[in-house]
Amino acid sequence: MNMNYTAEELAFRDEVRAFLDEKLPADIAAKVKGFRKMTKEDHQRWQKILVDQGWYASHWPEEYGGVKWTPVQKHIWDEESCAYGAPRTVPFGVNMVAPVIIKFGTEEQKQYYLPKILSGEHWWCQGYSEPGAGSDLASLKTRAVRDGDHYIVNGQKTWTTLGQHANMIFCLVRTNTEVKNQEGISFLLIDMNTPGISVRPIITLDGEHEVNEVFFQDVKVPVENLVGEEDKGWTYAKYLLTYERTGLAGIGMSKAALTHLKELASRRLKNGKPLLEDPTFGQRIAKVEIDLMAATISNLRIIAAVEGGGVPGAESSMLKVKGTEIRQAINDLARRAIGPYALPFIEEEMSLDYEGEFLSDENAAPLSAQYFNNRKLSIFGGSNEIQKNIVSKMILGL
Amino acid sequence: MDFTLSEEQQMLQDTVARLVRGEYSFEKRLEFSETELGFSEDFWKQLGELGLTAVPFPEELGGFGGGGVEIQSVMTELGRGLCLEPYMQSVVFGGGILSQAGNDAQKEKYLEGVASGELKVAAALQEPQAFYNQNEVETRAEKSGDGYTLSGRKAVVIGGHCADVFIVSARTSGDVRDADGISLFAIDANAEGVERRSYPTIDGAKGCDVFLDNVKVGADALLGEEGKAADVIEYQTGRAIAALCAEAVGCMEEANELTLEYLKQRKQFGVPIGKFQVLQHRMVDMMSELEQARSMAILAASYADAEQNDERRRTLAAAKSVINRAGHFISESGIQMHGGIGMTWEYSFAHYAKRLVMIGHQLGDDDFHLERYASLLEAS
Ligand SMILES: Cc1cc2nc3c(=O)[nH]c(=O)nc-3n(C[C@H](O)[C@H](O)[C@H](O)COP(=O)(O)OP(=O)(O)OC[C@H]3O[C@@H](n4cnc5c(N)ncnc54)[C@H](O)[C@@H]3O)c2cc1C
Ligand SMILES: Cc1cc2nc3c(=O)[nH]c(=O)nc-3n(C[C@H](O)[C@H](O)[C@H](O)COP(=O)(O)OP(=O)(O)OC[C@H]3O[C@@H](n4cnc5c(N)ncnc54)[C@H](O)[C@@H]3O)c2cc1C
Repeated sequence: MNMNYTAEELAFRDEVRAFLDEKLPADIAAKVKGFRKMTKEDHQRWQKILVDQGWYASHWPEEYGGVKWTPVQKHIWDEESCAYGAPRTVPFGVNMVAPVIIKFGTEEQKQYYLPKILSGEHWWCQGYSEPGAGSDLASLKTRAVRDGDHYIVNGQKTWTTLGQHANMIFCLVRTNTEVKNQEGISFLLIDMNTPGISVRPIITLDGEHEVNEVFFQDVKVPVENLVGEEDKGWTYAKYLLTYERTGLAGIGMSKAALTHLKELASRRLKNGKPLLEDPTFGQRIAKVEIDLMAATISNLRIIAAVEGGGVPGAESSMLKVKGTEIRQAINDLARRAIGPYALPFIEEEMSLDYEGEFLSDENAAPLSAQYFNNRKLSIFGGSNEIQKNIVSKMILGL
Repeated sequence: MDFTLSEEQQMLQDTVARLVRGEYSFEKRLEFSETELGFSEDFWKQLGELGLTAVPFPEELGGFGGGGVEIQSVMTELGRGLCLEPYMQSVVFGGGILSQAGNDAQKEKYLEGVASGELKVAAALQEPQAFYNQNEVETRAEKSGDGYTLSGRKAVVIGGHCADVFIVSARTSGDVRDADGISLFAIDANAEGVERRSYPTIDGAKGCDVFLDNVKVGADALLGEEGKAADVIEYQTGRAIAALCAEAVGCMEEANELTLEYLKQRKQFGVPIGKFQVLQHRMVDMMSELEQARSMAILAASYADAEQNDERRRTLAAAKSVINRAGHFISESGIQMHGGIGMTWEYSFAHYAKRLVMIGHQLGDDDFHLERYASLLEAS
């Protein structure tokens, strides 16, 4: 047992820091740290820098452009890149569909899709959820019927994150209605520019356009866009979900958010003294900081334990629940820290180009919106109730 | 004890309920919120015509001297409709301060307009760094000639964007956090030196910060005794808190009904999601939080117009603390149990959730009221 970084790990951390110091664009970091709006171009610019460094698809096998990072190295990267204000990787291509293609795709699919994910030519979105199929994903109804060399797809996906930017969508579709729900699902890769696809925005409670509805009307998809075998999509879908969940613990993001919160609380005053020094508020922060300390180690322990055995299984559900609760708690405190200034909703102040005077703290404007927006963390990627169901069934045997 | 409303109180509540149901559909509310004014001028006029803006005022002003319970009846229904009009700000809070501290001439000048709804008053008391402490006043009022010159800034005045008159607290003596030395002034919102920066709020309403730069007022602008306004502020803030509690209960009632309905109707895994025990229990907790909140709103209403003493102080602090906590819990739980739908702009639940959380940022958050209560604890 040794809870300190080894010399190699420290050297790796230095390397990461040097890279971030040199390559992370200041305007992007400022946006991330101040919770300002990121554009598609911001994401793409940062992606290119990471690809050039060889760190964008770090978890892919080396032959496709990955690097063999240990769990500790991954953790160091996560923590440092978040602390520096590097944007969260939009996960749908590199972290979601790619592992599925790598594990279950044909050689042609790997050769075709993986380089386009790296180059940014393909921006992927995730077409799992439907209006009637949320937690009960397997009940999905979007239909794909084989017609010669094509599937004809009809139906609707919803909650499609950043679908407005995407040119590719990976979809779970029903190819067989005669069997149990889980056994008639296939995994299809669909070009968003195919005739018959339309995208409609869904505005969330904070006024953002982040999610969409995607409609399919007689959409022709070539059969070579099927991943793996027909009707076996559920297996691939679940494989992807465990990947998704581990990322959702968001330890690095929580650490960065906590730092942000503490900076904010040392600027805001209560009874003429920094809020951070107020016993009541200080205890609120201490509680979540302690929780995060424990979660960081749990995260490392669990990932280390399954290393070699592949991705974590039901344990990732536990990490997702804890991790999202912590992030939400930090957002909750940030909103509280600005007191009555949680109310004003001044969109101009959320832009990095804003040159006027800030109403209160320069980082205050997005905080309430962010608090409300991040209620999603306990809903998506499998709601926290569903994660607990998984843990009680798979780990506890209940 | 008697927990039922009198016939008149019930009629009052029914009147407001009918009006809100008729005029304030969720879709209309979204439209009102988008306008420059930020609420419905027409609805505000109707509140005036029906005598509802006059409720707390005496007969000669068209009212019937309504107390905390009458205000509660109105505010609960306005809360159910997520109404955006500055009723609490102008009628309860502003009107309350003028009634308590104003001299005959000042009452004559303002109250008729407040009671009819033609004049909108906003109490601009809190300051940017004060973190809910209304006695933390840096704004200064210097004697000049036979009047005063005011300079300073007031923070997040909900309804202030459209106010005709601001009631401003300013220091005439003492240190920044002294209760002593605070004075109240009624100033024309368009007077020279008064600037407002207006903005929408995240819960769909509007407000402003008020900047006072050498604003000259006559001696007749002073409300009450110079330097002795802290008691008035505390007392009237208590009435406003009771009104906010009632509004919150209206919001929570609606939020809980929407959630319960959704649990029965939304199906996953072949059954209504309300069949899942973990959701049942959370809904039960939402209901009991609402009951706790309702009890405290009733208690707050009954103390709103009572004589000031520590029991009144404790009760109102307790009420706001329960309301803040319950509103937060109901908001987060409701969103969670709705899944993705609970996060969408086009569904009313999300707007109740936002309002409930933001009520927790008005007139004191959870910590503020718990600390206040703790400071007033009795040993036995
Ligand atoms: C901001 C956002 C972004 C998203 N992005 C994407 C995306 O890019 N692609 C995509 O495919 N999907 C996406 N989703 C969809 C997300 O995965 C679903 O919202 C989620 O699976 C929940 O489904 P639902 O919203 O239909 O809620 P429901 O499944 O209807 O759930 C409602 C409530 O019931 C509970 N519940 C359901 N079943 C059970 C049970 N058996 N036991 C106990 N409780 C239960 C849930 O936990 C929840 O509290 C996104 C969602 C959001 C909010
Ligand atoms: C100090 C004490 C005094 C008592 N006095 C009396 C007495 O005077 N007379 C008398 O007749 N009995 C008495 N009881 C017994 C008491 O009523 C039972 O303990 C109680 O009904 C629970 O039954 P159980 O202990 O068998 O627990 P179980 O019924 O086995 O319950 C175990 C756990 O499972 C939970 N559980 C059970 N069913 C469900 C469900 N459907 N959904 C969710 N959770 C569930 C329970 O809440 C509990 O947490 C007493 C018990 C105690 C501890």
